Amino acid sequence: MEKKIRVLVAKPGLDGHDRGAKIVARALRDSGMEVIYTGLHQTAEQIVEAAIQEDVDVIGLSLLSGAHMTLFPKVLNLLKENNAEDIKVMGGGIIPEEDAEKLREMGISKIFGPGTPTEKIVQYIQNSVE
Amino acid sequence: MKQLKAIIMEIVSKILSGDRRAVARLMSLVEDNQPNYTSALAELYPHTGEAHIIGITGPPGSGKSTLVDKLTLEFRKRGKTVGIIAVDPTSPFTGGALLGDRVRMSDIALDKGVFIRSMGTRGHLGGLSTKTNDLIKILDAFGKDIILVETVGTGQSEVEIVKTAHTTLIVEVPGLGDDIQTIKAGIFEIGDIFVVNKSDREGADNTFRELETMLDMNKSEGWKIPIVKTVATSGKGIIPLVDIIESHLQYMHETGKFQELKKQKIKDEFMGIVTDNINSYIRNRSSEDDIDALVEKIINYELDPYTAAERIMNSLKNTSN
Repeated sequence: MEKKIRVLVAKPGLDGHDRGAKIVARALRDSGMEVIYTGLHQTAEQIVEAAIQEDVDVIGLSLLSGAHMTLFPKVLNLLKENNAEDIKVMGGGIIPEEDAEKLREMGISKIFGPGTPTEKIVQYIQNSVE
Repeated sequence: MKQLKAIIMEIVSKILSGDRRAVARLMSLVEDNQPNYTSALAELYPHTGEAHIIGITGPPGSGKSTLVDKLTLEFRKRGKTVGIIAVDPTSPFTGGALLGDRVRMSDIALDKGVFIRSMGTRGHLGGLSTKTNDLIKILDAFGKDIILVETVGTGQSEVEIVKTAHTTLIVEVPGLGDDIQTIKAGIFEIGDIFVVNKSDREGADNTFRELETMLDMNKSEGWKIPIVKTVATSGKGIIPLVDIIESHLQYMHETGKFQELKKQKIKDEFMGIVTDNINSYIRNRSSEDDIDALVEKIINYELDPYTAAERIMNSLKNTSN
């Protein structure tokens, strides 16, 4: 049997808008991946613990509150502390380009802005896991 | 080959020393059917057998995940560590799955005494995945006292959990149908404990009574199946439910039924492994061309499938002599 790609889709922080995250989760499901959906208001600690227990290949963070410069790096640091920096972290939401650049430098592997076709996300994950 | 063996041994020793990542990694190797994972399970086997395995089944939306969350909190208060396996359906069309049981388990997400794993059914019917038993063993060897197995949302006949768990909880909710549903064969026959969840809703008393009437028809020897009303979201009824779960385990031990069940489980599982091995042996021995040639003959009515199967079996007997 072939290896199944597992992705954690999480919403860190306080905003309650999970429509985008759900659409992405659904698209990943339809492409044959196993998507672990954790719901709203997740702390960075909860996200990293779930990613470890679920042995995911990728974490997808969706955030629209503006707190990405605090929460995204926190997830990266916690992964490092747990020797789990091989898990790739991607982000989506309302993220200005200059922030996206900084986040990529910190180790976020990709930022997907509003209007990204879901096929592009699927393809990116498939390529980066192989 | 030697290297792979070394990797497997490293994973095993990490699991036994409490490494969560190693546990999660082995679970993936098992689920993906990667070669040599069985040798890791073989190494872990002597460390299994201590956990109380509790199955939680019931229709979609009946509150199974929330119950698991609240049961875990109560078991933790009583000093037990808890492993959770939450199964959700895999798409028969794409092979993908959305595993969403964690959404209801955020109370326990950061407790180091708890390990939660979500699983897709990956084509298996019956409410579980073929690998659920292997994942249970890993959590058992990892030292979890209690293992909660949440099935997919079930309909009428997904009864496989009863072969896996020591104690099976059937979760019902008010308003799903009349008492005829409760006397149909299938899921209502496998419960050790019935739970009427969302019991603050209208119709809960009716549901309770219908279950009571159904259970009254049972022969009254042995374990008397209790019905417990809960409101999982508020935690109401959870303490009595955990008391009853614990007394069921005690009953199983005192009556020798625990040993009986264990023997049956081991036998089923062992025969399952033998059958799997025979299947893959046949697949390895007979080339796809040989099989296709036989299939072609069956299509053309030159041969029937029964005789063709016998030919395969005979060729195996000849090669093994």
